[in-house]
Amino acid sequence: MTNRSLDIRDLHVSVETEWGPKPILKGVNLCVKPGEVHAIMGPNGSGKSTLAYSLSGHPKYTITSGSVLLDGVELVGMSVDERAREGLFLAMQYPVEIPGVSVANFLRTAKTAIDGQAPPLRTWVKQVNASLASMQLDSEFSSRSVNEGFSGGEKKRNEVVQLELLNPKYAVMDETDSGLDIDALRIVSEGVNRYIDQGDRGVLLITHYTRLLHYIKPQFVHVFVDGHIVEEGDATLADSLEKTGYEQWLKAEA
Amino acid sequence: MTVVTTPDPRTVSHLHPRGSFRVADHPVPTGKEEIWRFTPTGKLADFFDDTLARESLGVTVDGPAEVRRLDMGQSPRGTALTPVDRAAAIAAGTPTATHLYVGAETTDTIRVSVRGTGAETPTADHLVIEAAPDACATIVITHTGQARHIGNVEILVGESARLTVVSIQDWDPGSVHLGQVEALVAKDAVYRHIAVSLGGDIVRLQNNVSYATEGGEAELLGVYFADAGQHLEHRLFVDHTHPKGISHVDYRGALHGDGARSVWVGDVLIRPTARSIETYESSKNLVLSDGCRAHAVPNLEIETGEIVSAGHSATTGRFDDEQLFYLRSRGIDEVQARRLVVRGFFSTILARIGIEDVEAALMARIDTELAFDKEN
Repeated sequence: MTNRSLDIRDLHVSVETEWGPKPILKGVNLCVKPGEVHAIMGPNGSGKSTLAYSLSGHPKYTITSGSVLLDGVELVGMSVDERAREGLFLAMQYPVEIPGVSVANFLRTAKTAIDGQAPPLRTWVKQVNASLASMQLDSEFSSRSVNEGFSGGEKKRNEVVQLELLNPKYAVMDETDSGLDIDALRIVSEGVNRYIDQGDRGVLLITHYTRLLHYIKPQFVHVFVDGHIVEEGDATLADSLEKTGYEQWLKAEA
Repeated sequence: MTVVTTPDPRTVSHLHPRGSFRVADHPVPTGKEEIWRFTPTGKLADFFDDTLARESLGVTVDGPAEVRRLDMGQSPRGTALTPVDRAAAIAAGTPTATHLYVGAETTDTIRVSVRGTGAETPTADHLVIEAAPDACATIVITHTGQARHIGNVEILVGESARLTVVSIQDWDPGSVHLGQVEALVAKDAVYRHIAVSLGGDIVRLQNNVSYATEGGEAELLGVYFADAGQHLEHRLFVDHTHPKGISHVDYRGALHGDGARSVWVGDVLIRPTARSIETYESSKNLVLSDGCRAHAVPNLEIETGEIVSAGHSATTGRFDDEQLFYLRSRGIDEVQARRLVVRGFFSTILARIGIEDVEAALMARIDTELAFDKEN
């Protein structure tokens, strides 16, 4: 297949408000090929997280036009879980607590759903424990309820454990760096880099600080302002953003 | 005939009538009474008729408990439980009660089966559970089959004993189960009651606790799953009569289907004498479809401010969309995501049973309640 990519074409998304639908994404064009790491940077409120949630199919967001092709398969119109089974993963900025559901049960259920069959028990438990260990979480962690009572760092590390074990074709990492101290940031970044190092996975990193990009190197940087991409470049664009900020585009948009 | 009634001073509350063993002291409910206002009393005429002959369902006991018979007035019968409603008074008048004595050396699980054999004959039983001082035991009472049954359970928890009573209501359709469960907790004893109500057209349990002296801990837990047309009612009353007691109430219910109805009424009474007590009551309902009604009424009657803590909460909600989104974003389909959330919701309580096969069987049973998802 030649068209392997996560291909976002002229994506328009709105959200329902008290005063009617409000457009958030205003024509996003972006193509992530296997092996590529793209960073999306932009100020708060520019629609970065909306992009992440819309790709995953969050019910709060309505795709009004445009297309998202995952290796040629149209995701728009698919349910949240169908998209995930096609190979899309979203590491969330605010992972949700699921009381009473253990991490172990959750991981096994998700893996079974993604693969279409239950993972072999013996190797699976080893794999889970190895993944937890690489995130510096002990094996006892898997008996805790998903995200319940987790620290900010534990939540993010748990997201990366899922990334590693589910090993999707494309991963959207939404503000994975937020709320992390320097050690946790390093651990989380190493996990994401192991995923990237497979060489055939696509990553979309959403962040508004350049800090994360010192640990995870993107080949492409996109500046996101007011619901669309206003500037694109290589990793050096992130460095210049660090100096100049987003002001120039914010002024232009105003 | 001169009748002298001695009202039990322990059961005087703004929300609870005085207890009495005399059936005549409990008029036939009209449905307007505070304690009956949520109950479909119109369907329960036979339960209030004290002229009916009632049979005993009896109990099958498996485990290290001594089983005896107790005649009317024979100790310890009547020590912990004073009937607070008409049905309970009728059952308390059963000529022969069953006495389950748990000795101090007991550590095993005692399984008690109460099996209904049909809804034609009304039945009533009065069970007395007595845990000796220092006893440590779990008693699992399972109600199955079909019956129109009044089942009282009177529980005496001896000093420093740790007693868990699990009461599973998994009756066949066409069944009605009323009854009063009442425990008296001795010094330093830890009493836990876990009610699990799944099957039966109407289940209404009045679950009371009081303390024999200072100290003592009571935990009243419950899960229920009301289907179309089912009425599941749990009424809790914790009477803090002495200082330094602890009580925790935590009930969780799910409702699904047209006319599914649940009632949870919690009441904790902190008497002027009950200084330095600690209490919390919580009720959570998960409404899974339209046409259900969950009533949750938490009450606190505080008569002394010199306490450690007292609080309550009641929540009723639908599925959390964010939880479902999170699970589904990992490839888990909607049916399974819902099942995980409901299982998780109940598992915190069920895990407290501490007996693996019982927990697994109940989880599997809850899964069958959730099978409706396949249709959606």
